[in-house]
Amino acid sequence: MFDESLGRAIFGRLTLESFPIHEPILLVTFAVVVLGGIGVVGAITKFKLWGWLWREWFTSIDHKKIGIMYIILGIVMLLRGFADAVMMRLQQAIAFGGNEGYLPPHHYDQVFSAHGTIMIFFVAIPLVVGLVNFVMPLQIGARDVAFPFLNNLSFWLTVAGAVLVMISLFVGEFSTAGWLNYVPVANLQNSPGTGPDYYLWALQIAGIGTTLSGINMVATVIKMRAPGMTMMKMPIFVWTAFCSNILVVAIFPVLTAAFAMLMLDRYVGFNFFTNDLGGNPMMYWNLVWIWGHPEVYVLVLPAFGIYSEITSTFTGKRLFGYSSMVYATVVITILSWLVWLHHFFTMGSGASVNSFFGIATMVISIPTGAKIFNWLFTMYRGRIRFELPMQWVIAFMLTFTVGGMTGVLLAVPPADFVLHNSLFLVAHFHNVIIGGVVFGLFAAIEYWFPKAFGFKLDPFWGRIHFWGWVIGYWVAWTPMYIAGLMGVTRRLQHIEDPTTQPLFIIAAIGVGIIAIGILAFIIQIGVSIMKREQLRDTTGDPWGGRTLEWSTSSPPPQYNFAVTPVIHDLDAWYDMKERGAQRPVSGFKPIHMPRNTGTGVILSGLALALGFAMIWYMWWLAIVSAVGLLVVSIVHTFNYNRDYFIPADEVTQNEDARTKLLAAGA
Amino acid sequence: MAADALTEPHATELSFYDTEDAHHHEAGGSTLLGFWIYLMSDALIFATLFATYGVLSTSYAGGPSPREIFELPLVAVNTALLLTSSITYGFAVIAMQDGKLRATQAWLALTGLLGIGFVAIELYEFANLIHEGATPMRSAFLSSFFTLVATHGLHVTFGIIWLGTMLVQLGQRGLIPENRRRIMCLSMFWHFLDVVWIGVFTFVYLLGVLR
Repeated sequence: MFDESLGRAIFGRLTLESFPIHEPILLVTFAVVVLGGIGVVGAITKFKLWGWLWREWFTSIDHKKIGIMYIILGIVMLLRGFADAVMMRLQQAIAFGGNEGYLPPHHYDQVFSAHGTIMIFFVAIPLVVGLVNFVMPLQIGARDVAFPFLNNLSFWLTVAGAVLVMISLFVGEFSTAGWLNYVPVANLQNSPGTGPDYYLWALQIAGIGTTLSGINMVATVIKMRAPGMTMMKMPIFVWTAFCSNILVVAIFPVLTAAFAMLMLDRYVGFNFFTNDLGGNPMMYWNLVWIWGHPEVYVLVLPAFGIYSEITSTFTGKRLFGYSSMVYATVVITILSWLVWLHHFFTMGSGASVNSFFGIATMVISIPTGAKIFNWLFTMYRGRIRFELPMQWVIAFMLTFTVGGMTGVLLAVPPADFVLHNSLFLVAHFHNVIIGGVVFGLFAAIEYWFPKAFGFKLDPFWGRIHFWGWVIGYWVAWTPMYIAGLMGVTRRLQHIEDPTTQPLFIIAAIGVGIIAIGILAFIIQIGVSIMKREQLRDTTGDPWGGRTLEWSTSSPPPQYNFAVTPVIHDLDAWYDMKERGAQRPVSGFKPIHMPRNTGTGVILSGLALALGFAMIWYMWWLAIVSAVGLLVVSIVHTFNYNRDYFIPADEVTQNEDARTKLLAAGA
Repeated sequence: MAADALTEPHATELSFYDTEDAHHHEAGGSTLLGFWIYLMSDALIFATLFATYGVLSTSYAGGPSPREIFELPLVAVNTALLLTSSITYGFAVIAMQDGKLRATQAWLALTGLLGIGFVAIELYEFANLIHEGATPMRSAFLSSFFTLVATHGLHVTFGIIWLGTMLVQLGQRGLIPENRRRIMCLSMFWHFLDVVWIGVFTFVYLLGVLR
C-alpha cells in the first residue's frame, strides 16, 4: 500500500527506526517528559490560561516580560543540561577496568556534546540576554528597547533552537562531535546521521535570534538613555551589557558563516572543511573559536556588571574606580578578539604565533584583576550586608580567582602542550563559567527578583541553594584539576587507569551536592510564591538600591516610568533619594507604546519547521516553510499600525495606586 | 559627580523628572542606527567568507584555476550594471527628498531592473562554470568562490524582493515617514552590496586572473 518511495518523499530519512525505542534510558526520559508535558498542558487548559498566555506573554513586546521568558527558558534548559552532567559523572565514576559503565560510547558522546551545547547556547545565553533585557532598559530610564518586535522575535527564535535540541533527544540523535561540532568528526563521511544537522540548524536559528538581540541592545543603549545620562554616567551593568552586545554583533556573524559553510559541506558536497579536494578542517576550528573566545566575555562581562551593582548596593558605597571599571571592560572587549588561537596551540602554528596569542591571553588577566581589586576596595570600610546576592559575590571572587589563575597557567604555550584537552582544562573553564557566570546569574536572580515580581525570594532555601552550589562546585571540580594534571584527557567514556577512580567518585559526590543546590533553588521559588505576602515589597526599593530601576514600582508598570527621569549623577536613584527628589503625582501624559504582535511566534514556528525538515531531508516541508517565512515577513511589513497611546487616565490611576502604597509603607 | 552638583548655585532647583516629556522618543527613531549595526554584522559575514576565500583560493585540488575559468568581460558588464544601479538609487532618494512620488517609483523600478540584470548575468556565469565542470564540489577554491559570490547574489535578490515590496507600499501609502525611512534603509543596503561587490570584483576576479 504505502510504498517506500512515497514514504521517503513525505518523511525524508525519518523512519520508525529513527525513534530510539530500544534505549531504556531514553524511553524513561521520554515518558517523564511526556507526563510532565501533559501535566503542564492540562493545567493550562484546565485553568483556561492559553488566551492569557498568548495575549500577555507570548505575543508581548514588553522587554520585561521577554526578559522573564528568556530566564524561564534558561532555567528549564539548565535542568536538561544538568541531567547530562549527572549522567557523565556517574558514567565516569564507574567505567573503570572491566566495567563499561551504563552508557555506550555513541550515547556518551551525544551526552557530552549536548551538555556543552545546551549549557552555553540555551542556558547561559538566554539567562544573560534575559537579564540584560529586563534590567538594562530600566537602568537607563527607557520605556522599552529600540526594536520591541525584534526583541520578541529574538526570543522565539532562541526557543525554536532549544526545541530542536530537545527533539533530537527522542527523534534521531544529537551530534557526537563536541559542543562546537568539530570537524572532521562532524563531516558527512564521519557522521552521516542527523546529529550534526540537529546541531547546525538549532544553533543557526538560535544564533540569528541572538544576533538580532545584540543589534537591538546596542541601539537601545546608544539611543534610548534618559536625559542627562552621558556615557560615563551609565551604571556599570549597562556598560558591561553594552560591551557584551557589541561582541555579540561582532562575533555571531562569524559563527553563522562557519556553520553555513559546514552545512554546504554536509548537504551539497562542498569542500570547505573536508579532508580531501583542498578542504581545511583547521579553518573550522579557527572560525568557531574566533566566535568562541569572545563568547565567554559575552557571558562574563554582564556578570561582572552584576557583581559591581550588587557590591556597591550591599556595601552602601559608590563603586570604587568607576572609570577604571569602564576602561577595563572596554579593554577586555577588545582583547577578547585577539586570543582565539590559545584553544589550539597544538595545531602547530609555530612559536611566534603561539607566543603572540599566549601573551595576549595573559594580558587579559590585568583588566580582570583590576576589576577584582575595584570590588575589594568598594567593600573596604563599607557597611557590608551579607544578604544572598552579596554572598554570591564573595563566593564568586574566591572561586573565579582560582579559575583565572589556572587560565593564565594554560595560556603558557609549553604548559598547554601538556594540559591540552586534559581534564585540567575542563576544570578550568568550569571554574570560570560556574564561578563567574553562573554565580553571577544566581546573584542577579536573587537581586532583581523582587523588582520583577514585587516580592523577595525566600532566604532559607536561598542559603541551601547557595551552599549546595558553592560546596558542590569545589567537591566536583577539585578532583578534576588533579586528574587532569595526572594526564586524564577529556571526553572519555571509559578510563583505563583504576588508580584515578577515587577522584571520579568524589566528583560524582560533588555533582550530587550541586543537585541539592538546584533542587533548593526550585523549592525556593515555589516557597517564595506561596509566602509572597510575607515577602512582599511595596516600596519598589527593597535593597536600598542606587540605580534607576529601583525608582519605579515592583513589578514596574508596562511603561516603566510614568515620567522620564532626568539624571544628574552616576548613582542616579541614590542621588535622587539624597536630594529629596519628589516623585510627580499628577499631570501625567498619555504614553506612546508599541503594540503586541504574534508575528515573532509564527516566524519562529516556521523556522523550527524549516530546521526539522532540513534535518530529515523532507524537502517539500522545507520549501513550504521557507516560502512561509518570506511571505509572513513581507506581510508583516504591510502592518503600519504598530503603536498606541496608554491614556493619561490609566497612567494616573496606576500612579495613584502607587502613591497610596508608598504612603501606607512610610 | 555628586559633590560638583551640590556646589552648583541652583542645586536645589534641579529637576529630576522630565515632566514636559521633551525627550520623547520618536517611533523608529533608532531604525537607521540599528540598520547600520545590522549592516556591520552582515559585513562580518562577508569578511568571514573573504577570509575563507583567502585561505582556500589556491586549493585547486587539480581542478581549474581562476585564470582558466573567469571571464572578465562578463564580470565587467555585471559590475557596470550594479554600480549604475547605485546611481539610480541615489536619484530615487533625491526624488524622495523633493517629495516626488512618481519619480521615486520610477528610479526605484529602474534600480530593480538593473539588479535583476545583475543576478541574471551571475546565474548565467554560474551555469557556464558548472557546465564546464567547474562545480563548487570540485575543489575548495571553487567552494569558497561560489559561496562568496552567491552570498552576494542572494543579498541582491533579497534587495530586489524588498524593492518590489516597497514599490507596492509606495503605491498604497505614498511618501509617508515610515516609507521614507524604509527607502533610506534599503538605500544603505543597496550601496553596501555595491561596496562588497567592489571587493569581490577586485580580490576574487582581478587578482584571481593575475595569479
